[in-house]
Amino acid sequence: MSRLHDMGGRFGDGPVVPEAEDAPVFAEEVFAEDWHARALAVTLACGALGQWNIDTSRHARERLAPKDYTRFSYYEKWLAGLATLLVEKGVLSRADLATAEAGGRQKDGTGAEAEAPHPLAARALKASDVAATLAKGGPADRPSDVPVVFAPGDAVRCRRPGGNRLVAGGHTRLPGYAVGASGRVLRLHGTHILPDSAAHGLGEAPEPLYAVVFPAAELWSAPEHPRDEVVLDLWQSYLEPA
Amino acid sequence: MPHDHADAPHSLLPPDPALRVKALETVLTRKGLIDPAALDEIIDTYQNRIGPANGARVVARAWADPEFRARLLADADPVLAELGYYGRQGEHMVVVENTAQQHNMVVCTLCSCYPWPLLGIPPGWYKSDAYRARAVREPRKVLAEFGVSLPDGTAVRVWDSTAEVRYLVLPMRPAGSEGLSEDALTALVSRDSMIGTGLAQLPEGAAT
Repeated sequence: MSRLHDMGGRFGDGPVVPEAEDAPVFAEEVFAEDWHARALAVTLACGALGQWNIDTSRHARERLAPKDYTRFSYYEKWLAGLATLLVEKGVLSRADLATAEAGGRQKDGTGAEAEAPHPLAARALKASDVAATLAKGGPADRPSDVPVVFAPGDAVRCRRPGGNRLVAGGHTRLPGYAVGASGRVLRLHGTHILPDSAAHGLGEAPEPLYAVVFPAAELWSAPEHPRDEVVLDLWQSYLEPA
Repeated sequence: MPHDHADAPHSLLPPDPALRVKALETVLTRKGLIDPAALDEIIDTYQNRIGPANGARVVARAWADPEFRARLLADADPVLAELGYYGRQGEHMVVVENTAQQHNMVVCTLCSCYPWPLLGIPPGWYKSDAYRARAVREPRKVLAEFGVSLPDGTAVRVWDSTAEVRYLVLPMRPAGSEGLSEDALTALVSRDSMIGTGLAQLPEGAAT
């Protein structure tokens, strides 16, 4: 806690507006605007350069200033996060971005025709490799020597305070609304990369990941129904015995 | 953290998002870091090849074939891999089954995690602040906004996709669908029914 993206349970967002849907598919536009499609594609293609992982890229969007996070549409957040990563990882310079804004011309009026090849150009995703790359995915399970300490049925509590324990203000996947709440382990998903570490270049640090079920009444002061529940996927280091 | 907004690189890009994408695409292409043909291929994949039809085929098969359904619920990944539905944002799939006692519904409160290989790119409402904020706290009010009301005897279980595990809801097979072919069943499966914000549709002519 707390960044604006961690919005589970927040009040004041108004109704959800469903879009018309005919069964089963493609009844609506997949991309509401052409630039949404380009933003998604540019982001995926840049990811293929291998300079960051999914946790790094989520953190780049989450640490947008609250006023930007609020006013940006979904894919604007992606673009802002991408620009941040490209510069922070040294793929592009600020000057490159400034040049891009000027329409690809240098301030002195010369073009960039004589530019030397970029060191990462050999890693650029080719059209012929797109299908295989998307199909391969990026599994997050890894072998781990961290002992599994909880079993299905065990009572557990989300550790308080919440937040990244390795980096102040860093990325974490324990939503604020579940901090301090008690539930029970539903299943073990195996051992997965710990985002709190991987997002900050501190290694994958894989550890057990559990689905934990919480009674709604444990999370909300006025649950809608006494038997409703919420399940979260939580890493072992987020949990303690209840 | 050295992330003062005044220094944020994105502020160097134009304010109009369509121009912002264009600017990034131009500079990255010029440096050989992206291939515009690869971008077209990515877009074509999610626009025309990967979408909720994949998930609908899985659901219909699970309705029609009890052995397939049992394997899918027990360990979805190898089953989906056999069907060619493994891939980006669907590396760790769990299928959860709706019953008269329990209705399942999926959200990602932290971003917009979603099972791309089975459902494609998420709809706008799934990515909206309103859905992300409210689905965990008042799922029944949210369901009502989708036109779904559940009997009091049905508990709601909301799955918040906080890790890389992706969830697909196996909706209840609608009454009156007995004897339908797998293809005919597929037509009853809506995208929303596989997120849990909708129910499978009744077959035409079925008694309501």
